Amino acid sequence: MIDLSLLPDGGMAWLEASGPGSHLVVSTRVRLARNLQRHRFTTRNEPAEREAILGEVELAAAATQGLGRAVRFRVDRLDLLDRQLLHERHLISRELAAPEATTRVRPGGGLLVQDQASVMVNEEDHLRLQSLRSGFALDAAWELVATLDSELGQRLAFAFHPEFGYLTSCPTNVGTGLRASVLVHLPGLVLTKEINKILQALTQVGLTFRGLYGEGSEVVGNLFQLSNQTTLGKSERELLEQLGKLVRQVMEHEERSRQILLRDATAILEDKVWRAYGLLRYARTLSFEETMNLLSGVRLGVGLGLIPNVGMYTLNKLLVFTQPAHLAAAQGRELAEEEVPVRRAAYVRRILDEEVGRRGPSASTQST
Amino acid sequence: MKCSNCGEREGIVSLTTIVEGDVRTSSLCAKCAEEKGIETGVGVSDTPLGGFLAALGESLDPDAPLSAALETRCAGCGSTLRDFRETGRVGCAECYRSFDAPLRELLRRLHGSTHHTGTRYTGVPSVPALAPPSSQRELRDQLRRAIEAEQFELAAELRDRLRETE
Repeated sequence: MIDLSLLPDGGMAWLEASGPGSHLVVSTRVRLARNLQRHRFTTRNEPAEREAILGEVELAAAATQGLGRAVRFRVDRLDLLDRQLLHERHLISRELAAPEATTRVRPGGGLLVQDQASVMVNEEDHLRLQSLRSGFALDAAWELVATLDSELGQRLAFAFHPEFGYLTSCPTNVGTGLRASVLVHLPGLVLTKEINKILQALTQVGLTFRGLYGEGSEVVGNLFQLSNQTTLGKSERELLEQLGKLVRQVMEHEERSRQILLRDATAILEDKVWRAYGLLRYARTLSFEETMNLLSGVRLGVGLGLIPNVGMYTLNKLLVFTQPAHLAAAQGRELAEEEVPVRRAAYVRRILDEEVGRRGPSASTQST
Repeated sequence: MKCSNCGEREGIVSLTTIVEGDVRTSSLCAKCAEEKGIETGVGVSDTPLGGFLAALGESLDPDAPLSAALETRCAGCGSTLRDFRETGRVGCAECYRSFDAPLRELLRRLHGSTHHTGTRYTGVPSVPALAPPSSQRELRDQLRRAIEAEQFELAAELRDRLRETE
């Protein structure tokens, strides 16, 4: 098994809940898609060419400040469980991880990680530069990725068209190659049934939403990943500013919904968050989906100050550590399918126990 | 993403349902969406890539035989428009020149523009850029990293520069 402790913060600084707006926003990600001018794109090239690409990227990266000390992984040479672990930590995409036993692993897949920036090699594009930050931190994430892009661009000839900009394997990424996304928790909007209206409005102004694991993943636990839909015609700054502005509006709507719920449906809301807490604290089996939904309830309770003594960081960590590969890694072996929900429930109980300790989650300050 | 109903065809419609405050998104292919009676609104404007790919060929020169237009090969990688229609992925950077007209049209539909206004890439400087050697220690650091990465040409250059500063 790979040693994830080699990674700075285990690659999980984004879970710290230390960034701005952490009560609503889990994390912010900015990625840039880049390709090498002289090589065919991923769908058209052979394993030998991918090896060459990986070699060139690693060589160039070694000479940069941003990745000179990077921890490197040959993703295609990792075991299934290790690939799943990296995927669950949001360090590699589903496409690169091939997290099902039946999917073929892309030859030449690589990952370089340093601090809060990383590069995936031989994914859909030759390079996917990304930065993942805690909370709502578009500028910080962008600056890290932009610096890395400029450093690498000095050493690798990127595919660039005078009119279209950076060229990518899928035309949906052409231009800036930039996709910025903010993972935001919106239980208030879901409970007040405002969410559809909001999502529809966002789609009309060029934003898109996805689930916890990006493209193609389902929305679970009321966690929505909001990102820019288009990449061409606007500058990186404009794209980031537009996304930032809209996310702030969504956050305001969410806050308002929460206040309305708190004012008009106090008893129902309190019951909902405490039931979620109770189930997480005492259940003996938990499915992934149920865990996500219960965590959403507790997160809402913590955000509103209804549940004391539970930190956002703990809740964020539970998002990742209750997933199958992490549960298996904690046991040091593969888990039988029926064992997973049992291990998950045991893990959640232990973490919450440690968190609230003997103090117990003292009674709510809201008098009803 | 495959259609979550049949698991065979590519999903083109993203479906969001809310049941008792539980939000789920799934993806359906055109056929399954139709069978479920969901208004797909599959117009070019809704799913530009899917709609465009399906229509690709029809919009090309109506006098030219369709198959000929689809079989024209990119000088860079040998892929054809038919390959693009099947995979939705472009073969190489040169494809954007080989298939300029259809791809330009696609970019316009996808993004509402074909003019990149962001960072302009200036290429690799002819002389490999080294980080400015602010100190000997930094140069030594770079040298160590270059050797670790088996980047010997760079290492030799760094070694020479280190000598100059000594």
